[in-house]
Amino acid sequence: MVFKKLINWARIKSPWIIHFNTGACNACDIEILATLAPRFDLERFGVLLKGSPRHADVLVCSGPVTLQTKDRLIRVYEQMAEPKFVVAVGTCACSGGVFNGCYGVKGGIDSVIPVSAYIPGCPARPEAIIDGIVKLLKSLKQ
Amino acid sequence: MGKVVIPIGPQHPALKEPENFVITLDGEKVVAAAVNLGYNHRGIEKACEQRTYLQDIYLIERICGICSHAHSTAFIQAAEEIAEVEIPRRAAFIRTLIGELERIHSHFLWLGVAGHEVGFDTLFMYSWRDRELVLDLVAKLTGNRVNYGINTLGGVRRDISPEEAAEIRKVIGALEERTKYYLGIASEETTLISRFLNVGRLSKEDALRLGATGPVARAADIKRDVRKDDPYAAYGEIPFDVITDTHADVLGRTLVRVKELMECYKIIRYILDNMPEGLISVRFPRRVPEGEAFSRYEAPRGEDVHYVKSNGMDKPERVKVRAPTMANAASVAHMLSGGYLADVPIVIAAIDPCFSCTDRTIRVRDIFRGSDSVLDWPALRDYSIRWYRENGLDFSGIKLFGREIG
Repeated sequence: MVFKKLINWARIKSPWIIHFNTGACNACDIEILATLAPRFDLERFGVLLKGSPRHADVLVCSGPVTLQTKDRLIRVYEQMAEPKFVVAVGTCACSGGVFNGCYGVKGGIDSVIPVSAYIPGCPARPEAIIDGIVKLLKSLKQ
Repeated sequence: MGKVVIPIGPQHPALKEPENFVITLDGEKVVAAAVNLGYNHRGIEKACEQRTYLQDIYLIERICGICSHAHSTAFIQAAEEIAEVEIPRRAAFIRTLIGELERIHSHFLWLGVAGHEVGFDTLFMYSWRDRELVLDLVAKLTGNRVNYGINTLGGVRRDISPEEAAEIRKVIGALEERTKYYLGIASEETTLISRFLNVGRLSKEDALRLGATGPVARAADIKRDVRKDDPYAAYGEIPFDVITDTHADVLGRTLVRVKELMECYKIIRYILDNMPEGLISVRFPRRVPEGEAFSRYEAPRGEDVHYVKSNGMDKPERVKVRAPTMANAASVAHMLSGGYLADVPIVIAAIDPCFSCTDRTIRVRDIFRGSDSVLDWPALRDYSIRWYRENGLDFSGIKLFGREIG
């Protein structure tokens, strides 16, 4: 029990993220990167951007899922170690947004993989992204 | 030793967007490279045909979040040309101003990404910190950090007050100081130069042959800039220089971009000094008369081309986008081959790729007949009607403005 608590404490202090663009217009992606840059500095919550899904706890997705990226998204998700969380950044990632109904688009992230947190906005402002990540970390505490 | 084929992407730490490069290696050397696009294809062009011109602006801005103003301006210019609407001079000046602010933010973004790709993360942090100044400014002027939404049919949506103009001057002054510092880094810092020099070479002949555009072409000493060659908005009366470089490698592209920043400040100062008074928008007809137009815009990445065809209704009949990365994609494959594997990320990053702009080729593969063909226009139309019918939407028999749509 104590051991489990310790692991959870460590996890909350160092949620490593991986960013996957599933067909976004880049706006959310640059806002995610801006969140990691000095002005907003998401790293103060222990968040670190990682290159490999195998090293990450949180999958940050942006954009509607296009038919081409769908299989790759599932593959990236499956490569992540348990427990894993998915954050959908931007309106498109939440619901498909303005691209809903386009022939190349499957829909929001949750039409393919389960999502833990939704951050709406077109694009989501860095403040909103920080808020979403902090809320996710808070929910992990319980 | 045999040749090794490795895939880079669609998910790769060096790539911010899903795209796929197939690199064939002989030891450390790249012998061949192929670019696979299409991961970002959402079907925007088709979706544009189902929305009105005004709704299309919202959608077109979301082709790309970095050069959203470039796309919306190019589209609106085409629509305005068909409708024969002339925008007020003040609107043209504001459009140009926002376009240049966008170029500043995009070039700062690129500088950071380039630093990150070569392991120079300090540069990434520095330039992204300075970039926030532009974003704050744009948020103040337009209400949005990234997709500005300042363009509208027949002009712009927001005016610029004298207080805002003073604010712009202040920020431009601060950014100019920072840019001089980056120019010093790019032209004097030995580690950066030895990392960039002779990497990803693209000679003038190859650049012309492969149709490179934007800073990639200008770094190969090709003086080509739509702002000078075919002036739009207010560029016709603004004095500025087209920056070229003779290095023809990643270093040349870096120098061109940083020096272009200095030109941006010059242009913005000129705009603020010579901003004409008057209206910021004029009335635009709901239904655009029949016709077609072709519009060019010098986006931060190169020449952005929009083609719009109108059939006299309130929705365009056809919208076609050719984004700058599409033109530069062919040169990437050429630049990669002959280089080293370690240089692949920076060579790809050096064209400032934006694949959300690029992925819009329609290529239909008939899985039943196994053929891989490009459909012509009537066949594509039949296909879309058939697709909608199979998905429960039947338009046959419905007439709109006296024309059958199904």
